[in-house]
Amino acid sequence: MDMKRDYYEDIQLCRSKSVLVATLLLMACLAILPFVAGDYSLYVVNLMAINAIVAIGLNILVGYTGQISLGHAGFFAIGAYSCVLLMIKAGLPFVLALPAAGFVSAFFGFVLGLPSLRLEGPYLAIATLGFGMAVTQIISHAEFTGGHMGVEAPALALGPFVADTGAKQYAVIMAVTVMLSVAAVNLMKTRVGRAFVAIRDSEIAAAAMGINISWFKTLSFAVSAFYTGVAGGLMAFALEHVSAGSFNLILSITFLAMIIVGGLGSVMGSILGAVLLTYLQLKLQVVQEAPVIGPLLLDISNRYFTPEGLPNIQSIVFGAIMIAIVIFEPLGMHGIYLRFKRYWKMWPF
Amino acid sequence: MVFFFDLVIGGLSMGACYALVALAMVIIYKSSEVPNFAQGEMAMISTFVAYTMMDGYGLGFWSAAGITVIFAFLLGAVLEIAFLRPAKDPSVLGLIVITLGAEMILYGLAGWKWGANQNPFPVPFSEYSGFSPGGVMITEINLWAFVTSLFVMLLLFLFFRFTKLGTAMKAVQQNPFAAKAMGIPTRRILTFTWGLSSVTGAVAGMLVAPIATLDPNLMMDPMLKGFAAAVLGGMTSLPGAAAGGYLLGLIENFFGGYVSLEFKSVVAFAVIVVILCVKPSGLFVKHFERKV
Repeated sequence: MDMKRDYYEDIQLCRSKSVLVATLLLMACLAILPFVAGDYSLYVVNLMAINAIVAIGLNILVGYTGQISLGHAGFFAIGAYSCVLLMIKAGLPFVLALPAAGFVSAFFGFVLGLPSLRLEGPYLAIATLGFGMAVTQIISHAEFTGGHMGVEAPALALGPFVADTGAKQYAVIMAVTVMLSVAAVNLMKTRVGRAFVAIRDSEIAAAAMGINISWFKTLSFAVSAFYTGVAGGLMAFALEHVSAGSFNLILSITFLAMIIVGGLGSVMGSILGAVLLTYLQLKLQVVQEAPVIGPLLLDISNRYFTPEGLPNIQSIVFGAIMIAIVIFEPLGMHGIYLRFKRYWKMWPF
Repeated sequence: MVFFFDLVIGGLSMGACYALVALAMVIIYKSSEVPNFAQGEMAMISTFVAYTMMDGYGLGFWSAAGITVIFAFLLGAVLEIAFLRPAKDPSVLGLIVITLGAEMILYGLAGWKWGANQNPFPVPFSEYSGFSPGGVMITEINLWAFVTSLFVMLLLFLFFRFTKLGTAMKAVQQNPFAAKAMGIPTRRILTFTWGLSSVTGAVAGMLVAPIATLDPNLMMDPMLKGFAAAVLGGMTSLPGAAAGGYLLGLIENFFGGYVSLEFKSVVAFAVIVVILCVKPSGLFVKHFERKV
């Protein structure tokens, strides 16, 4: 059962043997995947993994600390650009450039966290949103970052190992994803993670218990930005090209949608949400090729809408999912999982 | 000096659009406690309806505008009934997510229906001719935007001040429970609030459309600026939001004219962040610390 008897049980990473076994099984599956999956599937899985990192990072800020951010596309862009530019202009190897990109992003997160100390609700939303817009605008106009054209990512090399195929990239990306996920689960079981949750539940009560609100709020922004920055760095290599135009408000909203769908305040939920929405995003872009729905939608498009506007159906589906989740299942997929687990626990009694 | 006044005119005319969007957001924020991110797309769809009325059905501008106002009202009311009302005790984040979802649905619908084509939005006012007192060019369209915004504000003021419905709306905004106890149908009033806000936004859309070109991204920028303006003035004050809108239009235009045209659209957000650091609830609103 979920009852915790001592402090060690509360902080240990794997709650029981079955959790440990399930985790190891999952790891094994992830390790076998590149040998059985095709190149395109691996590309899709890479995107899912990268989005999962962003979702975990955003969830630390939104789900655990209870702040709002509509500017994570900005951190994503900062991470992508700094990773690529550090490699091209400063000649750093990838192993150093990726964490460095994370720290550059974390620095900006820290800076954005400072005004956020006094803001909440809509005010915080507009401040973060403005930050995201500003980053995109500045990057697309600055000479240094290649302007509207963006920059090409160099070869992803770890010493003699050059990740030029989807499978090799998968190895790098998945390793980082697993590390960061475990780190996030672990972080939430420490003093810092509990301080985040306390701030979310009641800022005043947390302050009264001696939690340094300013420090932990800005720290939460920084950690969240670090995750997003690292993901941005990886994305630059998965797409082989970064341009400022892709880091727009819609991207920030999509990140938010991932954690809403997956479940706020849950690392597993973030991953589930990222996987589901990335899959939907890729499939809905070519919805006219889907077996039954495709021709039907094309018919509707021809009759009432425009066929070339059909990929816009992706926004409609995402929006509908977001609204449906908030109205019917506020805990997201993680909530569904919890209910499912509770139902089967006592089965068949 | 002429250049200075040119910037003032341009700033006030763009500020008029921002002010209307800001007003629309504040009207909803005061009663539903949510910044309505769908505001821009609601206005964009309404503007597209006006365009379709003129382009597809050959109606004149004024009759198309009349139909658009009715459509906008229904759209706002339907959104409230369909999306906001079923949510049980939602958090602030939940409400924001609902409006973001509504935004994406409307954006997708507009993209599906009208594609990414850029359509010209015809109005019976000229973009090039107008008056030029002392060499300062005031085009008809600038004047039209400015006068229309003032007219809408006057109507809103009269509505909230002198009508029973307006008073009921203010009552619901101040204290929904007390209002309900006094026999005000709060749910119906909320629906009406969304309709009213949607109409205000639609007017802003029809003011922006002739200056920009009509495509699904039409209101993306004005909505964010309008939101910023509302925050600048204080999300709970109607006059504050209006003033914030004009102020933001002026600041932006001056920055674009004197400092850098490239970063014109960033400066609004920089100003917002700086002002929020000094006055966390906006310029014209007293800051309340939340009680335990």
